[in-house]
Amino acid sequence: MTISPELQTAAYIAAAVLFILSLGGLKDQESAKRGVWYGIVGMAIAVFATIIGPGVQMSAILAVTLAVGAVIGAIVALRVEMTGMPQLVAALHSFVGLAAVLIGINSDLTVHEFATNAEKIIHETEVFLGVFIGAVTFTGSIVAFGKLAGKIGGKALILPLRHLWNIIIVVGSLVLMVMYMQGAGSWTLYAMTVLALILGWHLVMAIGGADMPVVVSMLNSYSGWAAAATGFLLGNDLLIVTGALVGSSGAILSYIMCKAMNRGFLSVILGGFGGAKGPQMDIEGEMISIDAEGVAAALEDADSIIIVPGYGMAVAQAQQSVSELTRRLRAKGKNVRFGIHPVAGRLPGHMNVLLAEAKVPYDIVLEMDEINDDFPDTDVVIVIGSNDIVNPAAQEDPNSPIAGMPVLEVWKAKQVFVMKRGQGTGYSGIENPLFFKENTRMFYGDAKASLDTLLTMIK
Amino acid sequence: MIIGAPKETFPGENRVAMTPNSARALQKLGHECIIQSGAGAAARFSDEEYKAAGVKVVKTAAALWKEADIVVKVRPPKDATEEKRIRKGQTVISFFFPAQNEEQLARMKDIGATYIAMDMVPRISRAQKMDALSSMANIAGYRAVIEAGNNFGRFFTGQVTAAGKVPPAKVLVVGAGVAGLAAIGAATSLGAQVYAFDVRPEVAEQIESMGAEFVYLEFEDDQDGAETGGYAKPSSPEFLAKQLEKFRELAPDMDIVITTALIPGRPAPKLWTKDMVEMMKPGSVVVDLAAERGGNCDLTVPDKKIESDNGVTIIGYTDFPSRMATQASELYSTNIRHMIADLTPEKDGVIVHNMDDDVIRSATICREGEITFPPPPLKVQAIASKKPQAAPEKTPEEIAAEEAAAARKAGRQQIGLLVVGGLLMLLIGKYAPPAFMQHFIVFVLAVFVGFQVIWGVAHSLHTPLMAVTNAISGIIIVGALLQIGTGSGIVTVLAAISVLVATINIVGGFMVTRRMLQMFQKS
Repeated sequence: MTISPELQTAAYIAAAVLFILSLGGLKDQESAKRGVWYGIVGMAIAVFATIIGPGVQMSAILAVTLAVGAVIGAIVALRVEMTGMPQLVAALHSFVGLAAVLIGINSDLTVHEFATNAEKIIHETEVFLGVFIGAVTFTGSIVAFGKLAGKIGGKALILPLRHLWNIIIVVGSLVLMVMYMQGAGSWTLYAMTVLALILGWHLVMAIGGADMPVVVSMLNSYSGWAAAATGFLLGNDLLIVTGALVGSSGAILSYIMCKAMNRGFLSVILGGFGGAKGPQMDIEGEMISIDAEGVAAALEDADSIIIVPGYGMAVAQAQQSVSELTRRLRAKGKNVRFGIHPVAGRLPGHMNVLLAEAKVPYDIVLEMDEINDDFPDTDVVIVIGSNDIVNPAAQEDPNSPIAGMPVLEVWKAKQVFVMKRGQGTGYSGIENPLFFKENTRMFYGDAKASLDTLLTMIK
Repeated sequence: MIIGAPKETFPGENRVAMTPNSARALQKLGHECIIQSGAGAAARFSDEEYKAAGVKVVKTAAALWKEADIVVKVRPPKDATEEKRIRKGQTVISFFFPAQNEEQLARMKDIGATYIAMDMVPRISRAQKMDALSSMANIAGYRAVIEAGNNFGRFFTGQVTAAGKVPPAKVLVVGAGVAGLAAIGAATSLGAQVYAFDVRPEVAEQIESMGAEFVYLEFEDDQDGAETGGYAKPSSPEFLAKQLEKFRELAPDMDIVITTALIPGRPAPKLWTKDMVEMMKPGSVVVDLAAERGGNCDLTVPDKKIESDNGVTIIGYTDFPSRMATQASELYSTNIRHMIADLTPEKDGVIVHNMDDDVIRSATICREGEITFPPPPLKVQAIASKKPQAAPEKTPEEIAAEEAAAARKAGRQQIGLLVVGGLLMLLIGKYAPPAFMQHFIVFVLAVFVGFQVIWGVAHSLHTPLMAVTNAISGIIIVGALLQIGTGSGIVTVLAAISVLVATINIVGGFMVTRRMLQMFQKS
């Protein structure tokens, strides 16, 4: 059974509309659940219309690969821990990149006839662009995956003359593209693929662990552009539309992340923190630690409590204990809320997902702008494994590397408890004066173990 | 170093400068601790408890003074017997009040001892942990309320009972320093109706936070009385007159008056005059926490409780902290312990007397045969004076002008972008074939739609957004599907791999998104 190209186009239009509705549905939690269904139906329509459309053969191979891919995807999706989300997303991005590379190379391998020279040039540019973006996305995502999964160290790898290397690779790729157009043969395409793979690896290796949320959303954007480039290559509007949607979505997310960290997009992409502009302020005072009993007593006395979770909560898998603590405190009539910094965790919205997994009601989970004014009226703030996002140096010390970054003003609360594994500095290696403040008490230990001890005391 | 605490010799002084708890902490700093037998008895710390904490108990004061490198005390050395025991090079830590005690300070210099006065610890946030004046004031404030209650013939809290209605006691606290705030806290928690006055209007917030009502003077004055160091300076004569007028207005209504007003280095100001006492109801109580410095009340007799002709009890005790010796010793010894911790930076039992440290410099009043009092002004000023100047308020016109300028700038930028974009389009349109232009228009519109839609996504849904866009970008499968079987074997294999990974991406992405979204739930 085949359908006419016109009918196929109609199906593609329907799919494109459904995709837009799917993204638009994410404006709140309730419509989002419906939105995902739009996306799934749109994808099903698109794939089905393509398979039964003109020009698709070898249905046996197709059926097998589709089935195998679906099973693998389902297993991965069902088995992943919610704390492992960032890695999974990064890994999935690399697949899109890989597919874009393979499709581009395939297109080169297939013989084409061109009516005009302009068409040929455009086609070849598209092949090159598709493969280039795809390859950068592929290795970049793999490195991001490695860093997020802890398989590669979080520290930025700074090679000497690193910007020069990047430029050489880009210029080299351009030269290869010109050679390719003048008929130098397919080897130029493969050489460029290798260069682009190196570029993707190098770009992400040079970015520090704390900037990973930006990288993940940036790769998300790249994977969209790769799909769009492939769409141009194949003259397929659906690919173009979808790729453009995904690409702009990733770009906006990256922009939002950068703004939340008060960093220029370029400075994040080019890696490493900028050099400090002068000596940093000395920190006065001492870290005072406290035991679980002290924290429990303070929680019993408090009327309003704000919990500020960070990556440490995800690492310790403490979200269930946090949820249980929240439930018990709320049962006592206390006002418990969560303050989430836009870059808490390792990918945008990471904390929201973890808390949702642990069944923390989402209407008490507030973002930074909503809750920052409430800290002065708050009795107790519990900081669970976050560091830079509650660092007062961002406001107080103009020479701090994070100066000017918006932070959660937890130190304005009457009392702050910081749950932390040890005395070291955080992921970004910046000293945090919060720990030395008069109203701060350090509650050392693994976040989950500490919370479970607390739970035995708060009934 | 060996740190020793002798028994206090001042009559009626029950506190002790070292407790078993503080001794344990001092030993962790690498010091040895000794104590005179019976030194803690009045504060309910037995010699056995000290021994259990690893403290060596020595029989006599003379032996202790001889053995200890650092002597910690509460009160300054009393008379010749105790002073004689101090030797050259020894460090003594206690309250001293050097401004009122210059002769004794000179004698300390002659002996060649190093003296650290706990009352000279500067009032900066870093030094709060060793601010013994505050910790003692806190106790005094609490105890003042308890003493008042003890001498007051009625309830604090108002009650309606079967046996009749009881009005709540009205308490006025004058001076909202540490002691005043502690008194406010204790009195409100007993249920009294509390009013408080202070010459610094900025403490109104603290007073209200403790549950008392701030007594405002209807009076505009440029000088608000705030000074570095957190104490009040004598106010202008008009201010004083206004203040007394207000007190006279309040006096007939108040059941309990607690005065805590002190000015550093001067006699206590007379704020509760004889005629105010006469206006008060019989059975009322005045507690004067400033009695040691002459008292805020005209009738106060230091160290005595008296009753006025009209039946008002006036308490002029000067030893409130000593009346709660166990608590006071715990707090005071912790202050001392923090001071010694700062003197032992390496925690190795070696004292480093760092005169460049603001806190240590200020507290040291004599050292190596020289008087080092008064200290130079602090490098770091008190917190109140450190606050940066707020930006001047903008007028509505200025704000409107700024907004208009910003809007014009944004408009110019947008027009600029549109012009550049348009030129780029013309350039592409000139050379590109028609088929490309058709796809290009779709591309540009889709980018715009994407921008419009994504801005509306809730922040908390950014992770699901990423997962769903990730799944959707698996649409690249369509390209692979079209290629499968269109060419040689290698093309088919590569296309099949593309289909495979894209399928993983699609199925995985959507399922994960659904899992995530199902978890979001309202309370």
